Amino acid sequence: MKSPRHAVPFLFSLLVALLAFAPAAQAQDDLLGQLEKATADPGKREVVTATFKGTHIINSQSVETPGKGTMAFLIQHRFGTLNSGAYNFFGLDQAVLRLSFEYGLTSRLTAGVGRSSQEKTFDGFLKYRAIRQTTGARAVPVSVTLFASSAITTLKFNTPSERNMSSRMTYAYQALIARKFSPELSVQLMPTMIHRNFVATPSEQNDVYALGGALRQKITKRTVLTADYYYLLPGNTADNFRNALGLGVDIETGGHVFQLHVTNSLGMTEKFFVPETTGKFFDGDLYFGFTVARNFTIKPQI
Amino acid sequence: MTKTGRVTFFSTSILEDIEARNTATAAVLDLAGGQLAFSVPVQEFVFKRTLMQEHFNENYMESNKYPKATFSGHFIGLDVAALNDPGTHSVKVEGDLTIHGVTHHLTVPATLELKNNQLAAFALFSVAPADYNIEIPLLVRENIAKIVSIRVGLTCDPVGGAAAPVTRSTSPN
Repeated sequence: MKSPRHAVPFLFSLLVALLAFAPAAQAQDDLLGQLEKATADPGKREVVTATFKGTHIINSQSVETPGKGTMAFLIQHRFGTLNSGAYNFFGLDQAVLRLSFEYGLTSRLTAGVGRSSQEKTFDGFLKYRAIRQTTGARAVPVSVTLFASSAITTLKFNTPSERNMSSRMTYAYQALIARKFSPELSVQLMPTMIHRNFVATPSEQNDVYALGGALRQKITKRTVLTADYYYLLPGNTADNFRNALGLGVDIETGGHVFQLHVTNSLGMTEKFFVPETTGKFFDGDLYFGFTVARNFTIKPQI
Repeated sequence: MTKTGRVTFFSTSILEDIEARNTATAAVLDLAGGQLAFSVPVQEFVFKRTLMQEHFNENYMESNKYPKATFSGHFIGLDVAALNDPGTHSVKVEGDLTIHGVTHHLTVPATLELKNNQLAAFALFSVAPADYNIEIPLLVRENIAKIVSIRVGLTCDPVGGAAAPVTRSTSPN
């Protein structure tokens, strides 16, 4: 910064320089100030990005989608329960897996397919970012992503000898409502409905309603604590099923995000973890698991 | 001035070439006063890969904290009268570049060309992310170049008033 008047004492000019420097709006230079004024758009809205790091939180899907032209390949893995003893190497002998692909058809719409080893289940889903959180004029306080999935089990059944196609289907519908309160804290609410075409016992209903909640809290720039929980509304499932709870850590390494967690749910799709979670979290029925996502750019943005 | 200036940057390394484009850069070139200023909205950079764009905003540039990169400076060796001659004219630009909240003084070569009552400005220069406190994690350090090339291309329309007296030097009246 140059002072046009050379007579001004050095200290004074330094002070002026510091003062001028402090607020950006005061501009280091008149021209830049003019420019900022000329380009300041009172109606401008900024979309809040990176509410969550991945498309999944722990069990739940997050409001995030991979983005247009990006294919995400997800490997979700659950070991056995930690309390299964040394003979089972504290659960590591057992493994349940879900592999899935998610493709961003547009910046808002994503289609995905997955295959869980549990009950040999295929699932397909659509995810649509209906509302995005924005700041600025007429700010929108939350992001809303609508999620719908259907799953079919391809397990060979013994009783009844063979089940028809329709009895193998399950549907899940969710509204994912999230708000990034600060760069560190994001919270998500998930009203959920699961429809099962077939239920095992008379005490279970075809429709199961649940309210999910999730949060993420950054602890360092690249490490995040996550949690998600589903509260089952009473009376829709048999009494031995529990609310799904997960606690996790996301570690970002630059190219990937590693999501490590413990949860009382073995299943990794809505049809499993919402109505069919059996583990007692605080009794040590904890499944250690991880999710790794690798993104492939199918259609570059530029 | 322009509100749709184009700023692109390239990072070339053994492992990966990274390119990002921004076409929402605002700039004012005041030829009479020999001054110029830029304002680059960082979030408007578009990358080939959506994940890169997210990392760029979230981790490297912290664009929620530092939404704009700015430049403010003046021309050296600008001959306003000579601009009326066809062809490109080399000048130097000296000033303060602020990225990620860090300001450095630099001098870069640029070219100007007056065409159809529009002023085209072009500059190609390099910056080191480390100079601007942009921390790159160890694991991807090999993927991102130590020196990033920045290309600025502007097509400025004349504006009335003191800000850009381009009109005065070219308009027939």
